[in-house]
Amino acid sequence: MRLELGRIKITDVQFADTTKVEKGTLYVNEQELVNMILEDEHIKSVKVDLAKPGEETRITPVKDVIEPRVKVDGQGGIFPGVMNKVTTVGTGRTHVLSGVAVVTCGKIVGFQEGIIDMSGPGAEFTPFSKTLNVCFVIEPIEGLKQHEYEAAARMAGFKAANFIAKAGLDVLPDEVEIYETKPLLESILEYPNLPKVGYVYMLQTQGLLHDTYVYGVDAKKIVPTILYPTEVFDGAILSGNCVSACDKNTTYHHQNNPIIHDLFARHGKDINFVGVIITNENVYLADKERSSDWTAKLCKFLGLDGAIVSQEGFGNPDTDLIMNCKKIENLGIKTVIVTDEYAGRDGASQSLADADAKADAVVTGGNANEVILLPPMKKIIGMLNYTDKIAGGFDGSLRPDGSIEAEIQVITGATNELGFNKMSATSF
Amino acid sequence: MNKIRIVHYINQFFAGIGGEEKADVRAESREGVVGPGAALNAQFKGEAEIVATIICGDSYFNENVEEAKTEILEMIKKYNPDLFIAGPAFNAGRYGVACGTICKEVKDTLNIPVVTAMYIENPGADMYKKELYIVETGNSAAGMKTAAPALAKFALKLAKGEEIGAPSVEGYIPRGIRKNIFREERGSKRAVDMLINKLKGEEFVTEYAMPYFDNVAPNSAIKDISKAKVALVTSGGIVPKGNPDHIESSSASKYGKYDIAGYNDLTVETHETAHGGYDPVYANDDSDRVLPVDVLRDLEKEGVIGELHRYFYTTTGNGTSVGNSKGFAAKFAKELVTDGVDAVILTST
Repeated sequence: MRLELGRIKITDVQFADTTKVEKGTLYVNEQELVNMILEDEHIKSVKVDLAKPGEETRITPVKDVIEPRVKVDGQGGIFPGVMNKVTTVGTGRTHVLSGVAVVTCGKIVGFQEGIIDMSGPGAEFTPFSKTLNVCFVIEPIEGLKQHEYEAAARMAGFKAANFIAKAGLDVLPDEVEIYETKPLLESILEYPNLPKVGYVYMLQTQGLLHDTYVYGVDAKKIVPTILYPTEVFDGAILSGNCVSACDKNTTYHHQNNPIIHDLFARHGKDINFVGVIITNENVYLADKERSSDWTAKLCKFLGLDGAIVSQEGFGNPDTDLIMNCKKIENLGIKTVIVTDEYAGRDGASQSLADADAKADAVVTGGNANEVILLPPMKKIIGMLNYTDKIAGGFDGSLRPDGSIEAEIQVITGATNELGFNKMSATSF
Repeated sequence: MNKIRIVHYINQFFAGIGGEEKADVRAESREGVVGPGAALNAQFKGEAEIVATIICGDSYFNENVEEAKTEILEMIKKYNPDLFIAGPAFNAGRYGVACGTICKEVKDTLNIPVVTAMYIENPGADMYKKELYIVETGNSAAGMKTAAPALAKFALKLAKGEEIGAPSVEGYIPRGIRKNIFREERGSKRAVDMLINKLKGEEFVTEYAMPYFDNVAPNSAIKDISKAKVALVTSGGIVPKGNPDHIESSSASKYGKYDIAGYNDLTVETHETAHGGYDPVYANDDSDRVLPVDVLRDLEKEGVIGELHRYFYTTTGNGTSVGNSKGFAAKFAKELVTDGVDAVILTST
């Protein structure tokens, strides 16, 4: 499977009468977007706002972040099974409005929405302080249940992203990246002497607002299976999660999965990157056993020599992470796991809820419990009245002057477990 | 700025009193430096001064810990120090344990910075590295030449309240305190590099060494549940409506203890969840789903269980550190025992 990813570099975003891309500037028609989102009867109102790097702006409570991408050539469309037909994606050509993100926010549904600061100390922790954000503050109709509101806000984000992305359909990209994965036997023949490496991609599926979708399927209901890496770049996996903001994989993270990127970077040189195994993080023991057994089985079936295993969320999924690691290692396949830590505000506690000596190669995205002071911002997109309640906040987090003292857990993407950031933790 | 006042602790050997045969000498204090204190003083270059030295036999200290601690604390207090140093103990086991013990005591009681130094395999290092700064030394007193400057430099930093950097930079034994740092490369690149090194059989450094995992052995079964007093404990965040104690939705810093004497059933009017880790709709609608008071009342009536304890304990497990969780349980488990509870049903979400 071969995919060309054409990156159109966007350096500014502005409201205008027509939605279009011109000389690196994205213009969006606000009313058009509002009308489209209000088509959903669950949504009472929506406000569109723009946030740019360096501004004294705080966006909260953030639900999801999405990168506008559009299929230019090849079968299927972005977010197959959800926004487009369920046709297999990952081939042909896709255009990306690089540097732009659609951010959905609005009153909280499950305590686990996040904060994005466009400047100041908080901005260091989130990748979305560096993107040009088209933000949608979505208000549900009266009496809508949390999960219904989550679904409505999620769909609104995808609709908006796909709509905006269309502006890049006929624009010449600034650069084109080419990614290719051959069928397994061909790939092995092509690089017979390189170690075969796979990626075990754990998807958050604890349920009750902790869900991930694959081609429109709720991933708690899948058994582990195999994807071509490029399918992920076309939105095969999307987020429906209200897991803590710091280590939830937003849809943007999935679309730009850095482990897949960095495995491709060494493919054909040091390793033979043969494919992605997706698995879930369910809450029942039988599901955990089945999924980790199957994940290990597929690793062996693919003839892997090594695998990177990434986690999403924390606590309960720590057990899935360790089960996967242990079972894959037991088959003689070397692993590196990517996680983050909850070592307490003082950093003195055990970081994970499960552990095993086989997990001897760990990459960490940092301690989510570490406390940070976020200064007040001039502009708020969304609302501050949930600050004390969101995961990582505490009684008195929001101070009268608008500053926030909270755990970095509240910051969207801060301790990402796909290795999106440079932040990590070490023992002092 | 005034000179930093330091009290220094050493054992009988380093004080020149004698070896094993003199290890039972009681604690004494002397004005000024004794033994290795001179090397430390020289390194302070006038910024700090050892005002007194406490000397104690290793056997005496370890065999009379409580007494020795009290005596030594009294001696230290008299000098009103800004900082307390013990050792270096190198690989002397009982000396290392004494240094660690007295440092911790001084730190906790007098609330001043403390530092000791020893070899990484000294049993005192293992016992106290989590709570104290222990400067790493060689395994014998022959290492004094390098140990004294390292200890003195670290002690000055500590006394001045300067920021203490990573163990590899400052030379202390890692305490296992996790702190966030920014690395050169993003995590995914580090993971790929680490895997390639692991595949090649080359050296790689994990960013988090797996801890010893604390497994709890189950208690023996209740002999007669129909006579047992049963308590409910949950990490599912069930609280009286309005969450009166403001238990956090994640990373809880506290737990709640609530009376259920008057309740046969938890309802949407009386209880809710504070937990931020799951869709609260169903738990708010009927909190018995997480904290099964209704079913236990039935069992109580039917005589299946003896009685339901009148208080339940609750917190949110969501993102709450293992350290906090252990601390909560250590506290309320005692109360449960005092209250005559025979069995606990622990529910999670």
